[in-house]
Amino acid sequence: MTDLARIRNFSIVAHIDHGKSTLADRLIQLTGTVAERDMKEQLLDAMDIERERGITIKANTVRIEYPAKDGHTYILNLIDTPGHVDFAYEVSRSMQAVEGSLLVVDATQGVEAQTLANVYAAIDADHEIVPVLNKIDLPAAEPDRIREQIEDIIGIDASEACLISAKTGLGIPDVLEAIVTRLPPPHSGDREAPLKAMLVDSKYDPYLGVVVIVRVIDGVLKKGQRIKMMKTGGTYDIDRIGVYRPAMQEVAELGPGEIGYITAQIKQVRDTRVGDTITTEKKGTETPLPGFKPSIPVVFCGLFPVDSSEFEDLRDAIEKLALNDASFSFEMETSAALGFGFRCGFLGLLHLEVIRDRIEREYNIELITTAPSVVYHVHMRSGEMIELHNPADMPDPTIVDHIEEPRIKATILVPDDYLGDVLKLCQDRRGIQLELTYAGTRPLVVYDLPLNEVVFDFYDRLKSVTKGYASFDYQMIGYRQDSLVKMQILVNDEPVDALSMMVHRDRAEMRGRAMCEKLKELIPRHMFKIPIQAAIGGKVIARETLSALRKDVTAKCYGGDATRKRKLLDKQKAGKKKMRQFGKVDIPQEAFISALKMDG
Amino acid sequence: MAEDWQAGGFGLYVHWPFCQAKCPYCDFNSHVVAGVDQERWARALVAEIRRYGEQTGPRVLGSVFFGGGTPSLMGPETVAAVLEAVRETWPRANDLEVTLEANPTSVEAGRFRGYRDAGVTRVSLGVQALDDESLRRLGRLHSADEARAAFGIARDVFERVSFDLIYARQDQGVEDWRRELGAALALAVDHLSLYQLTIEEGTAFGARHAAGGLKGLPDEDRAADLWEVTQEMTAAAGMASYEVSNHARPDAVCYHNMVYWRSGDYAAVGPGAHGRLTLDGQRWATVAHRAPGKWMDGVERTGTGEEERTPLSHEDRLTEMLLMGLRLREGVAVERLDRLGWDPAPARELAEAGWLRFEGGRLAATAQAWPVLNAVLRELVPG
Ligand SMILES: Nc1nc2c(ncn2[C@@H]2O[C@H](COP(=O)(O)OP(=O)(O)OP(=O)(O)O)[C@@H](O)[C@H]2O)c(=O)[nH]1
Ligand SMILES: C[S@@+](CC[C@H](N)C(=O)[O-])C[C@H]1O[C@@H](n2cnc3c(N)ncnc32)[C@H](O)[C@@H]1O
Ligand code: SF4
Ligand SMILES: [Mg+2]
Repeated sequence: MTDLARIRNFSIVAHIDHGKSTLADRLIQLTGTVAERDMKEQLLDAMDIERERGITIKANTVRIEYPAKDGHTYILNLIDTPGHVDFAYEVSRSMQAVEGSLLVVDATQGVEAQTLANVYAAIDADHEIVPVLNKIDLPAAEPDRIREQIEDIIGIDASEACLISAKTGLGIPDVLEAIVTRLPPPHSGDREAPLKAMLVDSKYDPYLGVVVIVRVIDGVLKKGQRIKMMKTGGTYDIDRIGVYRPAMQEVAELGPGEIGYITAQIKQVRDTRVGDTITTEKKGTETPLPGFKPSIPVVFCGLFPVDSSEFEDLRDAIEKLALNDASFSFEMETSAALGFGFRCGFLGLLHLEVIRDRIEREYNIELITTAPSVVYHVHMRSGEMIELHNPADMPDPTIVDHIEEPRIKATILVPDDYLGDVLKLCQDRRGIQLELTYAGTRPLVVYDLPLNEVVFDFYDRLKSVTKGYASFDYQMIGYRQDSLVKMQILVNDEPVDALSMMVHRDRAEMRGRAMCEKLKELIPRHMFKIPIQAAIGGKVIARETLSALRKDVTAKCYGGDATRKRKLLDKQKAGKKKMRQFGKVDIPQEAFISALKMDG
Repeated sequence: MAEDWQAGGFGLYVHWPFCQAKCPYCDFNSHVVAGVDQERWARALVAEIRRYGEQTGPRVLGSVFFGGGTPSLMGPETVAAVLEAVRETWPRANDLEVTLEANPTSVEAGRFRGYRDAGVTRVSLGVQALDDESLRRLGRLHSADEARAAFGIARDVFERVSFDLIYARQDQGVEDWRRELGAALALAVDHLSLYQLTIEEGTAFGARHAAGGLKGLPDEDRAADLWEVTQEMTAAAGMASYEVSNHARPDAVCYHNMVYWRSGDYAAVGPGAHGRLTLDGQRWATVAHRAPGKWMDGVERTGTGEEERTPLSHEDRLTEMLLMGLRLREGVAVERLDRLGWDPAPARELAEAGWLRFEGGRLAATAQAWPVLNAVLRELVPG
């Protein structure tokens, strides 16, 4: 077993793209954990989608060994975390498993919104924080100014911040020294006490089943041990135990302060609860760990197969993805326009996009995605409260007493020049200003905003009005009553359930108009005029008319064209199976998809 | 019992796959080459005609059509050799129509008399536009004056003359077209083909269009306005459309093209040519090798230029009969559709909605259906 004093556990945290994963690469490389020939950039970002988008989605743990200047060899367990706000939950739970954080700040960009969020989370977790200024190889790096900024805005001493380039390897030895000298060893840990280990994360491995990442607090985890999950009550026999280097490597046991993995014939990720306390079935600990707040999906949308015969394949794909992602939820849904599909819940839009991409690419299923919606609390006259995940399920307004919507606290850092635009954007989105202070020389804006107004395209708008110079972070703060209504879209006088949405009364008309205009552009002309309307209850609030088709005839058609035209016609018919009834309107899938991208 | 194709007639299509330059809008099987061995091509075309003659046996031939490419690049003796073989192969109708597509340059006009002497009775001139700027944008090698001159010669030489215009061009307004069409109608004798510019994939225009270029093309509404003006003006001039894009005085309809639209039989020779032949009660679609070299090789070494011959099912034939026949003002004989076992229900529904008309034993598109015929066909065609 390892002496507690020779262990350092830490997370690497930063704003998105400030270089966490690249720093992890250098730490792994310099300590010789991975053979030189097996090294590659952002080694830990192993998923296809992570590599393709160049971002981290899942936190990763690695154990490295470092012979320090004091002559001792230390065991370092690092956790590389994701930077995107959708996966903030991964960061906060990783922090629970360790005692310190390397706070990476890009020396060309400085402190950004997620830097702040991560610092607050680290302080909450009682972490020691070592600031690391990265990318000093770049000519635009301003380490002195950024150091000052860190002291001003965050209020931590940055005089001894490590100056590094994770890319070139400059300054990495200092980071390793700082880890052992400035971060604390595990606070306590009694090898003789009853087993107490934290279930940090679990993932599904096709060969091994569920793999559980654990941090041992007291006692010892051993192969063959019968363990119990205190929250879920499940009991299992440990069949494998090991550490990530970053490949899986089996070890005989894990003692206090250590981080590693176990497998125990657990069937699904859902059978485990992150934050749970693992102990022995017999003579276990009496005092469980406080646990984590569960991560809950906040954005919902419908996923339907373009080809209705692929519904079962979609079910299979969704179930497989959910095996490894407890924060992704789903249930079956049927829509008059789109047929059978699933209503799915996500942590945010990026999470939604990632899952959708993976279904389309890894499982080869073309999808129609309906407009995303947040979860409303619908309070009925009867006193009952319904969680509304799908606007199509909105009960009749006459039996509804009031509706509450989720609100967030948004933190935005923005250069002075764009402050006005940002305030206007927040105001337009029904925001309530909570704070406007200066972080160093930059305004720091805190707003209370409806999540509904943020999920659609807030981040894109923010980027465009600030030319990419603003950074944004948010946190859910609770539910508040507001004047919310369900807006229906009627195409050719028929309501299209997949296009219904909840909107604020005051913004309904604007959104309705924008929606009708967009649909008018997206629906091809038919042989008859098509009214497109937005309505609340029975009342039409916006209307457009799509003119009848006026011109669609082949100009030249002679002997040589007959075969080609016949085949073309057959193909067009095959593609239109679903709607092929005269007088019915054929709404193309782009119409559903682009509802996502609406600005309004 | 008469075979179905007889209701449409029998013609021969001869494809000449060479051009002086490739026009940017054109997706026809046309190639620009340095020199063409006219005698060798004549021999190959003749061999193909004989081969088809053996298969069809003696049938009365109603028309021959030299299409391209640019058949006016054929030497008159080449045309003569082909027509000689035709005469030896099939019995001819008394009024055999022999059309040749010609580009209206002065060089080509110089060969018109030779074509007439070889047996050509009708030319179809690719005038395309009546002003030089438009011709330039269409990538044509002739000027408007040259085209008028060629037209004048053609009128003197041939019994019948038609010419083609391409409209709905870039930046062409309704008034511009009115003027141009007026001038064309003043010139025209008996037949006019008026095509709205189609952007075809795989052409230079196709690529420019896909890349966001080719600005100023009419949108659907302007295209529809242009179409309406065309219908009005040609009707007023006594040259109403008898097919979607073809206009003629009643006695000057192009027999050969009617064979296509009436689902008659046509033998087709030359690279990429498509034919339809009913042999022993089965209707076949034939396609020749598209590349000139490959086709020539096929003919010379294996005795056939055909690449593929596919039997057509009743459903295929029905689709084609509707697809082609509803392009004609006269429509399709219901009796022929019945014989192919069609389901008239969708047509009845469309007739009720005003898109089709049953009249005198025929099914035809109504005036409102014509400009949106593709949409009507998508509703109508079986499957
Ligand atoms: N020039 C330079 N580029 C760097 C340095 N460190 C990282 N980068 C680049 O910055 C980009 C982001 O690096 P990552 O390591 O993926 O950043 P991250 O913080 O892990 O990003 P997320 O996981 O998405 O939050 C990559 O293109 C890196 O190559 C550095 O020291 N110098
Ligand atoms: C086989 S083509 C050309 C015959 C001859 N080589 C010529 O260019 O005059 C027959 C006619 O089709 C028309 N045409 C060709 N491509 C077209 C297009 N993309 N759009 C509209 N009409 C087209 C032209 O009017 C042309 O005269
Ligand atoms: S339009 Fe006529 S001349 Fe031009 S490339 Fe096509 S076939 Fe040849
Ligand atoms: Mg990363």
